Formats: sequence, structure tokens, C-alpha cells
Amino acid sequence: MRAIENLQLNQQGKLQHFLSIEGLNKALLTDILDTAESFADMSSQNVKKVPLMRGKTIVNLFFENSTRTRATFELAATRLSADILSMNIATSATSKGESLLDTIHNIEAMQVDMFVVRHSLSGAAHFIAQHVAPHVSVINAGDGQHEHPTQAMLDMFTIRRVKQQFTGLRVAIVGDILHSRVARSQIHALNILGAEEVRVIAPKTLLPADVEQLGVRVYYDMAEGLKDVDVVIMLRLQKERMNSALLPSESEYFKCYGLSEEKLKIAKPDAVVMHPGPINRGVEIASRVADGAQSLILQQVSNGIAVRMAVMSMSMQPQGGQV
Amino acid sequence: MQIEIINGQIIDPANQINEQGSLYIQDEHIVGVLSAPKGFIADTTIDAKGQIVCPGFVDLSTRLREPGQTQKASMYSETQAAARAGFTSLCLPPDTQPVIDTVAVVELIKDKAEKCGYPQVYPVAALTQKLAGSELSALYALKNAGCIAVSQAHYPMQDLLVLRRAMEYAATHDLLLMYCPQESSLSKGGCAHEGAMASRYGLPSIPYAAETIALMQCMELIEQTGCRVHFRGLSCARSVVLITKAKKMGLAVTADVAMHQLHLSDEDMLPYDSAYHVVPPLRSEKDKKGLLAGVRKGTIDAICSDHQPHDVDAKLGAFPETEAGISSLETVLPLMMRLVEQEVLDLSQGLSKLSYEPAKLLGLTAGTLSVGAIADICVFHPRLKWKIQAESWLSQGCNTPFWHKEMPAKVTYTLQAGQIIYQND
Amino acid sequence: MVIEQIDISDLLQTLEQSLQQLITQRQLNNPIVIGIHTGGAWIAEILHQRLAIQEPLALLDISFYRDDFSQIGVHPKVKASRLPLTIEGRDIILIDDVFYTGRTVRAALNEIFDYGRPKQVVLGALIERDGREVPLRPDCIGMAMTLPQGQRVKITGPEPLELDIQNPGERS
Repeated sequence: MRAIENLQLNQQGKLQHFLSIEGLNKALLTDILDTAESFADMSSQNVKKVPLMRGKTIVNLFFENSTRTRATFELAATRLSADILSMNIATSATSKGESLLDTIHNIEAMQVDMFVVRHSLSGAAHFIAQHVAPHVSVINAGDGQHEHPTQAMLDMFTIRRVKQQFTGLRVAIVGDILHSRVARSQIHALNILGAEEVRVIAPKTLLPADVEQLGVRVYYDMAEGLKDVDVVIMLRLQKERMNSALLPSESEYFKCYGLSEEKLKIAKPDAVVMHPGPINRGVEIASRVADGAQSLILQQVSNGIAVRMAVMSMSMQPQGGQV
Repeated sequence: MQIEIINGQIIDPANQINEQGSLYIQDEHIVGVLSAPKGFIADTTIDAKGQIVCPGFVDLSTRLREPGQTQKASMYSETQAAARAGFTSLCLPPDTQPVIDTVAVVELIKDKAEKCGYPQVYPVAALTQKLAGSELSALYALKNAGCIAVSQAHYPMQDLLVLRRAMEYAATHDLLLMYCPQESSLSKGGCAHEGAMASRYGLPSIPYAAETIALMQCMELIEQTGCRVHFRGLSCARSVVLITKAKKMGLAVTADVAMHQLHLSDEDMLPYDSAYHVVPPLRSEKDKKGLLAGVRKGTIDAICSDHQPHDVDAKLGAFPETEAGISSLETVLPLMMRLVEQEVLDLSQGLSKLSYEPAKLLGLTAGTLSVGAIADICVFHPRLKWKIQAESWLSQGCNTPFWHKEMPAKVTYTLQAGQIIYQND
Repeated sequence: MVIEQIDISDLLQTLEQSLQQLITQRQLNNPIVIGIHTGGAWIAEILHQRLAIQEPLALLDISFYRDDFSQIGVHPKVKASRLPLTIEGRDIILIDDVFYTGRTVRAALNEIFDYGRPKQVVLGALIERDGREVPLRPDCIGMAMTLPQGQRVKITGPEPLELDIQNPGERS
């Protein structure tokens, strides 16, 4: 299989686009986490801004709705002193409207420096990165079912803060892996950063074909899959999955794959619980677990800004494209 | 007009000829093979030294984009490309705009083809009106107007009762059904083969079962309806197994594969590169090997181009929203030479799959160099290398994964019914 | 001038005395000492003790305020600045090890002023060398020096604190 060509790195090996965890190495991912650490400390200060991206214009280009991710990118950009513009582009199957390339070129004509893109089609961020002017950077905020790399990085940041290192760690990702761009990014990140084992726990209907080739071990039985696990990552189950014959009902799903207090006890006693959000209480996770002592869900949210600040400032291209 | 082609290696698989010699043509017909007829004096001599002289190729699926899609290509540009690529007969699938479901469209196509100087364009009629899959087209009238076969192109039949009746009706008028097997509910929204590559890149996918199920649905209706069926465009190893079984049972079925499926699998795809976006999708290495075995053993009767030229915009976008298809006429012969190099077939077998076999299954008198046959001839240099780029490419569509690659084999002359429609010496 | 002949403790003494004079002269009231990472922080710690400053020592990492950020990129190992809750109306003693182009001090001033409006800022540097590029200068120094083209002076430490001259091309 051809590895994704490294559009993401410039000739000096520095980040110029952040499109996917796949294609990046351990050193670079660690640099992102370290940089995020310095930004994280800032949030507790009175002055939360640094002038790193002053004078730069960032456009949030969201072809898919999202309030939370968009908000964290807006905050991250503001804390870097950048000017940020959020655009929600409505796309419908019937009215094709402007082509993707035309949308990009029109906005580029307004002298922007960075795009943060969320799109419903896999490969959209990759395509945009191939067609922007040389000094413009593209950050992938989620493309179809492919990757959501900033989410995975904030998850890794959260894990590292609590568990200190990835060696020896067993991580289980539970739920709709098939449709999850977050899961794919997390799997790549965990493997690159050296986790001991990455497991996916799901019914067959929610697993992609040949998923083992991504570097995971498959479990259909949650009780089996949670044994000796240090980190449990729960994925959100969308209501539409019941309508497409992927699952019979929410209650059956919760019985088999929901994280209840009893099931959590199967994992290691100091296991932590994570969820990229938004959570569906009682569907994939019990309220008491989501709000419980082992849950890192709120920390994930607050870490999101620092990680996105790190990714944006590291991807920013040198003045005028010259190095 | 008397033409002699001398000093060439004459390969005529139908008549088992493979030797040095000359070919003699008078007006539209071949009048002498290896020996000149008495009193023959040539007006034109073509020296084919070091070159192969074979029947002109017969393509089972060439989209010329007219009528209706002239932003992509024109009948003129694509027939020029066909001539340059050694093709002398082309089948035009029914998904033009408007669809080939009325005699008027057939006449329009034949008329245009004539005006382009390439009359041997054979329209394939739409099995159902507007290809909508519910009402039968006027197949008898369409056949009489000149349609060579019937097809649903890439619009799968949703209602099996309509398929059964359409097959019975086609059989009534002894029309060949060219069927592209793809079951719609299993393939809806998909753009890549369901496997490790699509999983990694998050691409909506099509399992191979979508093809084999549709294939079997149609196959099971063959005995019942008496319809002759040709399965157009196989993509997986399992389909080859099913066709092998059917032929063993004595069913009158034939099958073809697009040339690119014999050279590319999903492992060759550059991530998100729309040049590799085709339907049916490029499947696994295992499937590719199965298709090659099918070609070698004769289960797959013919190889075609599946030519689909596209405008630049059609291929610009996130992979799933780009249009599928490769502009492929001009790479068919070079890729055939690669198969010969890889010892999948010998040259005679390979050329047969491009000319005699497709002609035979269509019921077309073409694809041979027999005395008395229509003079459809291709002369090519088997080892001359050339690079695919704008200067050397005639199709209006540049959408091919082989762009800028070096290819073997160059056509020097193409004759259609005794007329030189392409020459490059 | 030969480097081996320069004693750091002499420089520290000179700087300390100079600062003590300035504190009295300008009537600095309960000043805050801010050291600029990394070399300035070591010097600031020593001076903080010797000048018997009441307010806890503050530290500044100017990485995010550098003007050459866009050329060199973000350095991942940035330490957070430790500044007191309020700068507003306070007297500041800003300390750096080597004052050269002046850009580091400009960045430090920008960062301090982002936190609030101080009453006044005085600048102390252990060494002032030639090569100023912005119109700033230290109020108190340990010594001044001129260096030939391409040579740089650095302080290494924290234990032992030493002067280090680097020739062109050398990096540490």
C-alpha cells in the first residue's frame, strides 16, 4: 500500500500542513505534545494571549456543522493573536453550488494564511492542501471518515498528562469505528507513539474491512476486550446507525458495548475513561461513568485549545514563504 | 485503390497465421495474404519492416461523449485517438445525452461518425427507456437502425422482473445483452473497493459481492429467457470463478475486462488521486491475479478499453465527488505489450483478445485478415517507446494514471475498410 | 582583553552595587525582580538574594514574543513565564545576562506590558556588548565589552556560572 505522500512536511521536515496523523513520526508528534504543554500553562494566567500569529488571518472553513470544534479553533486562534474568520458552507446533495476549488481560490484571494477545514468527504483536506498557494497552511478539522488529527492529538496529550508515557499502555477504542475519523487518527497516533496494544471493540457491522491492517486487535466481546486495559476510549453512536440496519436498538447497544460501572471494573483499577464528545448518556456511556473519578472527558475539552494552538503555530509558514 | 503492406510480421489469430509476409488490399477488402493476387499492382506501398501487421482492434466500450457531453470530448477527437491507437471498430454505450433509446439518436450518431471520417461506430441500445430500468426501449427498431447490442450501462437494474422481461424481449430479437454487473443497494455511494485501502482512507466502499450477486442474478435468468449475455467489465476473482462454472455448464456467456484492471490494484493507487477513480473500482492484488488467470485461461474472452475521457473539472475535488473513468484508448496496445512481456499471454493471443474475440462475440465480421474480409488493419512497432504527454496524446481527456509514463508500442498505420485513417511514420 | 582574566563574581558585585544605587536614586518601592530565561534567570536569582528583595522572584520566557519566530518556528521546550498576578503600577527590575542587539529586552518589555502597566522598568545586564539594533540600553551593567566580528559571549551555568566566548560558527 502506498503511504500517504508527505504533503504535510516542507523540505526542512517542518510541519506546513496538518492533515493526518499517518505520515508523521514519533519525534514530530512528541514535539506537538511538548509545544501544547507550554500553551496549556498559559490558560491559567491572566493574560492568555501570545503574539505568535499576530497579523495572520485564519479561516475556519466548515462544510459540516460543528459548534464545539469550531469554537475551540476560534479560541486557539484568538489566543495566538491571529485574526479568525469562520465560514459555514452549506452543501446539499441536490444543489452542487460552487466547486471546492473555486471556494478555496475565492477565499485565498482575500489574503489568508491558514485554512482550518472540516468536510464530509474523505480526502478533502488533502485535496485543498494540494491546491493552495505555497505560503498557505491547511489544518484538517475532520474529513469524511478519514481522520480528525487534532482530536487525536488532544487525546494523546490527555493520556500523556495522566499516564506519563505510552510504552506499556493498552488502549481500547469502543464503538462505531467504521464511521469514525477520530478512531482512525487515534489508532495511528497510539501506534506511532509506541503504545503496547491498541484494541477495537465493536460489533462486526461497525468495523471497517481488514481493520487489523491498521494495527489493532479486534474484540467483539467487551468483557474480553477490556481486560488489562489502561485507557478506554468511547466513541459516540449516532442515532442514524439504527436506521441503516447497523444496530437493532440503543438499549441492545448499551448492553453489549456501553460502558457501565460494572464493565469499567473489568479494566485496570487505575484505568481512565475518555470520549471525544458529545456524549450520549445511557447509550455508549453511563452517566455515572462519564461524571466519575476515572473520567477525563472534561480535561479533553480544556486540552483542546492548547493542542490546537500548538498545531496552528507549528504549521504556520515562515514570513512570505521564504525560509 | 490498391495498397500493399510489405515486410511485416503478419499476425492473424483467427487463421492461425504468424509469419513474415505481405498483405494486399483492393478498395475495401483484403485480396491477398502472404501472396499477391494475379496482376496486383499497388498504388500505395507501406513498408512494415520490423513491425506487426494485425487486424484492427474492436472495442466493446468506448465513450465518445457525443451526443451531449461535449465539454469532455467530441466524437472527432476520440475517433482520432481510436485510429491512432489501432482501433477500427468501436461500440458506443447507451448513456449518451440523450440516451440511445430512439432511432433518431442512432441516426444522429451514425451521421456524425460518418462526418468524422470514422463510420465504424456501433451504437449499443439502452435496454430500458432513459436507462431508467422500468420500460422497454423499442429494441426492434433500434436494432434495425444499426444498434449492435443492448445494455444498461452503469445503471443497475433494480427490478428483477423487468430484467427478466427485458432479457426475454432482447432474446426475441436475437440481441446480445452487454451487462455491467453491479448490485445497486450494495454499491450505493461507494467509490473504492471494500478492503484495507478504503478502510485506511475512509472511502465509501463497494464489496466485490455487489458484482458477483448482480452477475448471478442475470446469469440465472439466461436459461429461462434464452438471452445471449456478455458480462461487461469484471473486476474480481470471484466473478472469474462464476463465469468459468457457467461456461463449463454450457451456458452461452462471454465476459470482458477493462485493460487497466489487469495492471492496477488498490495497492497501486496514490492516496486520493482521482486518476485512479474508476467503476468498477480497482480491487485487491488477489483480484487482479484472478483476472489475469481468467484472461490466460480464456474464461475472459476479450479485453476492452472502457474509454471514458473527462474534462479537468470532473477529476478535481475530494476523491468521492470526482467522476469515475480513465481515458484509455491510447494505452490499450502498450499495456497489452506489457502483458506479453510478463508472459500472461503470447502476442497472438493478446491481439486476438483485442480484435477477433470481441468481434466474434458481437457477431461482427471483423477481427480477421482473411481474404475477402473488410480491410481493417493495424500496423505497429512493438518495441518503440514513447512518453504519454500532451504532444503525443490525441484524446481530449488527459485523465489517466499513466500520464507522463513511458509506454512500449507505437501504431504507425491504421486502415479502416481499406482507408488509411491514421499514419505516423 | 583576555577572558580568563574576567571574574564573574567581580561583574556580579559591580552590577549589584549599581542596582542598589539606582534603587535608592529612583526610590523604587518594593520592586519585582524579573529574570529573562535562561541566563538572566540565574543572574536574577543571585541578585534577588543579594539585594534582599521582598517580592518573590519572577521569570520570563520570551520565546513566544521573539520577532524572529516566523523564521525559526516554535521551540517545543518553552517554559511558562512565572509572573506575579499584578504588574499594574509596580516597579520592575528586569535582568538579563548579556545585552547585545536589544531584541530580547524589547520582547520582554512587550510581554510585561501585556500583563499590565508598570510604574517603571529598570534594566540590569551582567555584560553589555556592542551591536545594538534597537534603541534600548541597560541602566546598570557588570561590564561593557567590544567583540570582534562574529564572536559571541554567553553565560553558562547555573553551577558553576561561567563566561564563554564563542567564535564564528560555534554553537552550543
